Amino acid sequence: MSGAGLAARGIAKRFGYREILRDVSLELEPGQICAIFGPNGAGKSTLLKVLACLTRPSAGEILWEGRPVKDGASLRAAMGMVGHGTFLYDLLTAEENLLFYGRLYRVGDLRRRVSEILERVGLGFAARDPVATFSRGMKQRLTIGRALLHRPRLLLMDEPFTGLDQAGRSLLIDLLREFRGGGGACLLISHDFAETLDVADRFLILNRGRIAGAGDCGAVGPADFARLYEDAVGQPPD
Amino acid sequence: MLAKSMAIVWKDVVVEFRAKEILAAVLIFAALVALIFGFAFDPVEHDLTGIFPGLMWVAYFFAGTLGLNRSFITEKQNDALQGLVLAPGDRSAIFLGKFLANWLFMTLVELILTPVFFALLNVSFKGGLLLAAVLALATVGFTAAGTFLSGLAANTRASEVLLPILLFPLLVPVVIGAVRATAGAMAGDAATAVAWLRALAAYDAVFVVVPFLVFEYLLEG
Amino acid sequence: MVRRIFPWLLLPMGITSLYLAFVVAPPEATMADRQRIMYFHVASAWNAYLSFLVVFVASIAYLRTGARRWDRTAFCSAELGVFFTSIALVSGMVWGRSVWGKWWVWEPRLTTTLLLWFIYVGYLLLRATGEGDERRARMAAGLGVIGFVDVPIVHMSVKWWNSYHPYVIGLTKVDMVPMMVVALVAAVLTFTVFYVYMLDLRLHMEHLRERTQILKENLLQGGMR
Ligand SMILES: Nc1ncnc2c1ncn2[C@@H]1O[C@H](COP(=O)(O)OP(=O)(O)O)[C@@H](O)[C@H]1O
Ligand SMILES: [Mg+2]
Repeated sequence: MSGAGLAARGIAKRFGYREILRDVSLELEPGQICAIFGPNGAGKSTLLKVLACLTRPSAGEILWEGRPVKDGASLRAAMGMVGHGTFLYDLLTAEENLLFYGRLYRVGDLRRRVSEILERVGLGFAARDPVATFSRGMKQRLTIGRALLHRPRLLLMDEPFTGLDQAGRSLLIDLLREFRGGGGACLLISHDFAETLDVADRFLILNRGRIAGAGDCGAVGPADFARLYEDAVGQPPD
Repeated sequence: MLAKSMAIVWKDVVVEFRAKEILAAVLIFAALVALIFGFAFDPVEHDLTGIFPGLMWVAYFFAGTLGLNRSFITEKQNDALQGLVLAPGDRSAIFLGKFLANWLFMTLVELILTPVFFALLNVSFKGGLLLAAVLALATVGFTAAGTFLSGLAANTRASEVLLPILLFPLLVPVVIGAVRATAGAMAGDAATAVAWLRALAAYDAVFVVVPFLVFEYLLEG
Repeated sequence: MVRRIFPWLLLPMGITSLYLAFVVAPPEATMADRQRIMYFHVASAWNAYLSFLVVFVASIAYLRTGARRWDRTAFCSAELGVFFTSIALVSGMVWGRSVWGKWWVWEPRLTTTLLLWFIYVGYLLLRATGEGDERRARMAAGLGVIGFVDVPIVHMSVKWWNSYHPYVIGLTKVDMVPMMVVALVAAVLTFTVFYVYMLDLRLHMEHLRERTQILKENLLQGGMR
């Protein structure tokens, strides 16, 4: 195994008496997009939170660039995250939200970077509008822009297609390809099988807190994937 | 780390400027309490100078609790707090930033309302600089403890009811110190005022440092 | 171990300390028999402080390690602490009433104890309304730390506040003869053994409750498969 990228070994997570993750190990190299599939409640979001050091695992360890991540201090500056929530402040404008996060990440030449990102996610026209007036899709675009603002090398995304229109979906796929092209590593939770299999390099299937299947997106056709998924989860992908 | 805290203060000030939630509600409520005290204690018949410090601080602490209750609501919406936790640097900076913003709001409220209290309750204005020092230091203790407990209570079903129940027992030293020091300042008794100011400063130190150390553990999950 | 042995310890200890407090110890010079309540008042106050110290230590341990048994310890000890604080308060009030004719005297120690009661009732309320097992445990631990740190500050400030008053009443200004000291030590020891025994029982109960939950969970999951 190489030292670069992100690695997790034997991750377990219990909430109280419930075991949500059991012995999950994975490796993610720079320039790679890995998709995570699985039914609701499989533990996907929890896994992402553990990897982001938002919550401590009950067992196991996480390595970033070959070194153990403790409270995530070494990882956080290099990581962008799209979670369930948008992390946005409704009363601030799109621009102000990005300026705020830019300051937290000490992004250089911030104003230029903010307008660049706003243009990139197609929100240049709404830069001065409060986020409260945005549609769900616009918020999601801004959320994706926020995650990319500080030029992360690791991207953790939890159902990033949520609320996006068709143009937004292709935009996200473009952004992901661009990100990978720049040597970024991305972990992508998704229920949009076709799009995700198209853009990702590898996939994992999580079921009841365990990794129940894995494969290379290039090598697996839609029919194979459906069979693999049904084997792992017990029901077909919809 | 200070940069992170300052970014949070800036953000809170802009949000507050837009919503005017905390400042307006706290100001109006405290002024109303002054009015109610006027009717209840009758400044026309009685000289209220003796109980004035107590009345003023009770109003400020009760009204301020309303504002503190709102402090973590914006952070809970959209999981914004997770965004702050994910940002690089010390997680304790989040406590510092929220506390400084609350201190700023509360001090502003007190600066506006203190003359109003003196006028409404027919007490002649005394104390000057010493009184300003009391306001500043007592508000540090109040908002430091309040910010910490507001962060705790935000994770419960009954946060609005719970915050005052958790806050006021812990706040007793500030109540005592603020009232005594204000009385000392108004009576021109600098020695008493300074002695109580020292006590307030000690409380402030503990209630800024301990939450600062503990807060980062509370942010996980 | 504690569960096996302590009940047998408690019975003779309880009888002995009752005997010491009511028969062996002489009546106090001015307060006469009314002073005898002190043995139980002081013993429960001491145990209240001990309980809250345990909450404090367990809370820090929980924040550092995240191990559930520390959270359980803090919770169970807080419950017992509130129980002992209530006894201390009621006995203090009864004593105040019989000696000074007032149900409540603003004596610094008694006042601090009342504030303790409020702080830890708040702690139990936070636990009762908190959302998410793990998060609730962490929030409670935060309060368990700051609440205890506040105790000496509260005590000092109430004392200074009180020193303004011309009358200063000390609840424990009792001229103690040696036999009284013996009775007091016996009461404190008995209460402490009682505390340890109750804490152990309560922890065992919580542990069983969680085990039952796990079993239920596993049964349900098995049934679904
Ligand atoms: N903070 C928490 N406390 C207790 N249980 C939780 C918590 N977060 C998630 N869970 C439980 O963990 C399981 C997995 O949740 P999640 O990771 O969100 O699943 P997914 O994202 O795969 O749909 C669910 O059963 C959920 O109820
Ligand atoms: Mg999820």
